[in-house]
Amino acid sequence: MGIFVHDFMKNALWALILITPLLGLLGTVVVESKLAFFSDALGHSALTGVALGTLLGITEPTLSMVLFALIFAYLLNVIRRSAVASSDTVISVFASTAIAAGLVFLSRSGNFNKFSGYLIGDILTIAAKDLLPLALLSFFVLLYWVLFYNDLLLISVSPLMASAKGTRVKLTQTVFMLVLAVVVMAAIRWVGVLMINSLLILPAAAARNVSRSTKTLTFLSLIFSLGSGIGGLALSYWWNSATGPTVALCGAGLFFITFALRGRVRR
Amino acid sequence: MVHEGFCITSVEGLGVTLGRGELLRGVTFTLNCGQLTAVIGRNGAGKTTLLRALLGEIPHTGKVKFTRHDGTQGPLSMGYVPQRAPLDPSSPTSVYDLCAASVSRFPAFLPRRDRTRVSDMLAAFGAEELINRRLCELSGGEWQRVMLAVATSPVPELLILDEPQTGIDASGLRLFYEKIDELKKTRDLAVLMVSHDFGFLSEYADHVLLLSRTVRARGSPGEVFSSEEFKELFGGVGNIRP
Repeated sequence: MGIFVHDFMKNALWALILITPLLGLLGTVVVESKLAFFSDALGHSALTGVALGTLLGITEPTLSMVLFALIFAYLLNVIRRSAVASSDTVISVFASTAIAAGLVFLSRSGNFNKFSGYLIGDILTIAAKDLLPLALLSFFVLLYWVLFYNDLLLISVSPLMASAKGTRVKLTQTVFMLVLAVVVMAAIRWVGVLMINSLLILPAAAARNVSRSTKTLTFLSLIFSLGSGIGGLALSYWWNSATGPTVALCGAGLFFITFALRGRVRR
Repeated sequence: MVHEGFCITSVEGLGVTLGRGELLRGVTFTLNCGQLTAVIGRNGAGKTTLLRALLGEIPHTGKVKFTRHDGTQGPLSMGYVPQRAPLDPSSPTSVYDLCAASVSRFPAFLPRRDRTRVSDMLAAFGAEELINRRLCELSGGEWQRVMLAVATSPVPELLILDEPQTGIDASGLRLFYEKIDELKKTRDLAVLMVSHDFGFLSEYADHVLLLSRTVRARGSPGEVFSSEEFKELFGGVGNIRP
């Protein structure tokens, strides 16, 4: 088991330990509030963010991705609420626009190859200096989760009931989307546009198969998320495969195992 | 017994327009403490829209003035009992989770030993045995009891119910209306309920509003159910008896 002697493997391991629990936690609310389509669109917007960053001369792509994703999430939320068309159509229109615009900009001068890494990501490029910002992000998201989870839970059952209980529904939903946008963008460089939604949805969906309370859902999703992260990293090292997809495959495996088990857990 | 509580909520000329559609216009009525006001109307009459406007979930025009029990004005504490939601059958949220999240800021996903508070709030509606059930497994009647427990802990000044009869049989409905009746009398609650049980309403409601984009008729159940507007909208249906 000498695979974590290399610095790049150590950094990757720490990054996964910091970021996958966040994806696992946020995933429970994404699944429970039927926002999987939304988070998928959010992932796609990363390409546009990178493209706009290059056009505007922003040298740090993560910064331009986060900024664009925040605007994208906010706009998507406003339009979704005004409901001129059904929300899956609206989200699809946004996602298509974002990914098309991103690909057009990035391929324009023939240097798309430089950016194709964003599609599947590369977790082994994480440097030690990237870990502190991730740790800070992790701390603030966990704090946010402890403070506002109950509001998100009430809204997922009935927004009107939450509103009567004094929850500021629109604000809570908007803040959740923005937090999700930041976490997705923080992970996407290493996980990839194609795989980010899998890492968000699969652990929560697997946990849901065998949970009968919020407590179990949250803890199983955390464990599945962390487990598939670390397991995926180790497997990708041995198989010499891309890490993001290998992690996602572990998550998918957990989903099918829990799916087969669920009859036994449900009394 | 209908006692004349002072006016707790007065709604004057309320209108709601979403996109290009005008959903409600010139809605005027008052709600009193200790009284049950029923909103009736056909599908698309704007009943749920009215509730959402009162709860502050959608913007509206016109004036809504709340007067509290002590005579001061300002926002009321409200309880809302939602229609039985079409929850995903794999949703793990349990009755305990919902109750705990609604009465405390302590995150519902963390383990805690103190379950007595939740158990007590459910017991007031004979629902304490449902504490470990998932919300998606509840029958219509069980859902109503749990949601009433959530809506009335703590006891609000205005209780709003959206079609509480969904999925409840006649004997369950009788118990339900008895419970609401007891609440409004003992706690001096103002109750606003969207309902279609004309039979039960003629027994239990103090006021009825007939809604069709605006208030078409209002008054005692007897007055509204024998009005021309009621006959026009419901074709003089004879299901006044339960």
